[in-house]
Amino acid sequence: MSEGIVTKPYGRPASTWKFLLSELKPRGNPWTIFNMISVPTVIVAAVIIVIRFIYGLSAVSNVTQSVPWGLWKGFNVVTGVAFAGGAYVLTFMVYILGMEKYKPLVRVTVLNGFLAYTFYAIALILDLGKPWNIINPIIGNSFGTSSILFLVAWHFILYIFAQLIEFSPAVAEWLGSERARRNLKRLTIGAVVFGITLSTLHQSGLGALFLMAKGKIHPLWYSEFIPTLFFISSIFAGLSMVIFQGSILQRVFAYQLDKNSDENHNIMIRGLSRVCAIAMFVYFFLKIVDSVHNHTLTYLMTPMGVWFMIEMIGFVLIPMLLFVRGVRLGTPFTIKLASIMTLIGIVLNRMNVSVIAYRWDEIPRYIPTWMEIVVTVSIIFVQIWIFRWVLHRMPVLRTMESMTAPKPATQGN
Amino acid sequence: MSIDRREFLKTLGVAGASLSGATALGNTKPKPNQEEFFAILHDITLCEGCQECEFACATANNLPEPSDYPDSEVKRKLKPDQYSVINAVETSVGEVYTKQQCMHCAQPACASACLTQAMKKQKEGPVTWTEGKCMGCRYCMVSRPFDIPKFEFDDNNPKIGKCQMCFDRLKQGEVPACVENCPAGALTFGKRSEILHEAHRRIIEDPDTYVDHVYGEYEAGGTSWLNISPVPFGELGFKTDLETKPYPELTKGFLYSVPSVFVLWPALLMGLREATKKDDQEDLEGEDHE
Repeated sequence: MSEGIVTKPYGRPASTWKFLLSELKPRGNPWTIFNMISVPTVIVAAVIIVIRFIYGLSAVSNVTQSVPWGLWKGFNVVTGVAFAGGAYVLTFMVYILGMEKYKPLVRVTVLNGFLAYTFYAIALILDLGKPWNIINPIIGNSFGTSSILFLVAWHFILYIFAQLIEFSPAVAEWLGSERARRNLKRLTIGAVVFGITLSTLHQSGLGALFLMAKGKIHPLWYSEFIPTLFFISSIFAGLSMVIFQGSILQRVFAYQLDKNSDENHNIMIRGLSRVCAIAMFVYFFLKIVDSVHNHTLTYLMTPMGVWFMIEMIGFVLIPMLLFVRGVRLGTPFTIKLASIMTLIGIVLNRMNVSVIAYRWDEIPRYIPTWMEIVVTVSIIFVQIWIFRWVLHRMPVLRTMESMTAPKPATQGN
Repeated sequence: MSIDRREFLKTLGVAGASLSGATALGNTKPKPNQEEFFAILHDITLCEGCQECEFACATANNLPEPSDYPDSEVKRKLKPDQYSVINAVETSVGEVYTKQQCMHCAQPACASACLTQAMKKQKEGPVTWTEGKCMGCRYCMVSRPFDIPKFEFDDNNPKIGKCQMCFDRLKQGEVPACVENCPAGALTFGKRSEILHEAHRRIIEDPDTYVDHVYGEYEAGGTSWLNISPVPFGELGFKTDLETKPYPELTKGFLYSVPSVFVLWPALLMGLREATKKDDQEDLEGEDHE
C-alpha cells in the first residue's frame, strides 16, 4: 500500500508535514502471524501495567522481600543491555579501526541499540516503586555519587543521546535534508568515541551493581571480576545479536537488498564470528581462572554447579567451537546456530547473576508470574514494531538512492 | 631527635599504605568520626522477650501494633510496617530472645547503593530513609548485608520500611523509643565507643555467661547495633558469613577506575583511529565516501 507516499527523488518530501503524516500510515498486509501474536499480547500487557500502577507491584509480580529484582530488571535491563552491545563494538571496528567492510551493519545495529536502550529504560520505569522521582538522580541535589547505579543511570541516558546522534544522519536523509545530514555526520566521530567510553563503563557497571551482593549470589557466579566478565561477554553478546538479527533481516527485508547482499553478509558474519570466538575464549578462560582462584570449583558437583556447567559448557564453550567451525567451513547455518546458543548463554548468565543464583538458597524461589512475562515480551514486541517501522522507511539497510522508487512492503507494519 | 616505637611504626604504616593503595582500602579500623556515632547494645542474656520494645516502636513510628508473639517454632520476620522484631530461639542454654532491626552500619551498603541519597547515614549514627528522594529502585535491597530495608510491594506509592533509630527523637536529645521502654534493661544507648567498651566489660567480668564476641563490632565493617549473647551467634540465626570490611569497599575499586577510563579511553580511541587510518582517508568528521 504505497500509494499514499509523497516523495520526490532522493526522498525529498513535497511538504515535510504531509510526508510525515503519510509515513505514519501502516504499510503492507497487517494480518501477519507476528502481528496476530504481538498485538493482543501488547494489549494484555497494557492492562497489566494499569493494574500494576493502581495496586502496586505485588499485584502483577512475584518479586519478594528477599529477591527484590525480578524478570523486568534481570531480563529487560541487565540482559537487554548486553544484547545491545553490538553497537559499540561495531562502531569501534568501523570508525576507530577503519574496518570499512562492516559499515553496512553499523546503522541497523545502532538503531537497534538505541531502541533497546530506550525500551529498557521504559521497563525500568515500570519496575520503579516511585517512578515520578526518577528525575532525582538527574537533576536537583540528590546525587548519590557513591552509587554504581547512579553511574549506570547517567551513562545509560548519555549513551541514548550518543546513539541518537550516531543514527541521526539516517533521519536527515529520510527527511531529505542534505545540509542537516552533513552537519550531523560531523558529530558522528565524537558520538562514537563518547559512546564507546560510556559503553565500556556501563556494560561493566551493570556487573559492578552486584559487587555488594557478596554472599547473596552463589559463589560460582559472584566474583570481584564481575565488571570485567560483563564487559567481555557484552562483546560477544552484542555481536551474536548482530548475526542473529542479520539473518532475520536478510529474509524479511529481502526486497530492500540487492543480489550481492547475501554474499556480503556472509563475509561480514564470518568476520564477526571470529571476534566472537576470541572474546568467548577470553571469557571462558577468565571464568576458569577466577573459579580456581576463588576455590569455587568444589561446588561443581552440587545442583547449582551442574547448572553452572550447563551455562559455561553448553552455552559458552560449545557455541565458541561452533563459531570456529562455522568460520573454517564457511557455513552460515553453523554460525547462526552458534549465535543463537550464545544469546541463550547470555540470558542464562545475566539471569543467573541477577535473579536465579541471587539468593539461590531462599525458599520459596522467585518464579515470574505470567503477567511479568507478558510485559517483558510486549516491551520487545513494541520495540520490534518501531524497529520495523523505521527499517521500512529510512535508509538503514539500503542507501537513499535505492529508495527513490520504494517497492511495496511485503511484511505488515 | 628521638623517635619512639609507636611513631616509627606509624611512619612505616603510612609509607606502606602509600605504596599500595589496596592495603589502605582494606583498612577496617573505624575512622575517628565513627567514634561519635550513637549505638545501642542488646544484651541477649537480659532480654525477656516481653515485646515492650516492639509496641514502643509501633507507637513511635505510627505503625500497626504487632499481633503475634515470640515463639521458637516460628521465625517472625521484619515487615515494611514492622521495624523491630523479637524472636524466641531454643539454644543449648535454654530459650533466649533476639531482637532484629536495622543494624545502622557505620558504612552502610544500602546508603552507598542509593542513587538519590534517600538512604543516608546521619552523623549521629542512624541510617535514615527520605521518601521524597526515593525512586523505589530497590538497589538498596540488592546490596543490604543484613536484609533489613523492606519494600511495600502491595502499594502504588510504596515506602521503604526500616528502623530509623528514632532519628527525630535523637535530634531532640531523647533516646530511641525501644531503649526507653525496655523494662528488663537489656538495651543500652550511648556513644559507640562507650557502648563497645561496656559490651566488652560485661564479657570480661562474666566470661561464663557470655561468648567472647560482640556482634556488630566488626560485622559489615562495624554497626551501631551491638549484641552480646550467651551462645555463639550462628546458633541464634545471626548472619555469620559477613565481610568484616565495610560493603561499600567492594565497589570502590570500580568507582575509582571510572575517571581514569573517562580520560584514557577517548585519548586511546582517537589515537587508534589516527594510527589505523589509511593514507587516502581524509574523513576526520566521519564523512563517508558513499
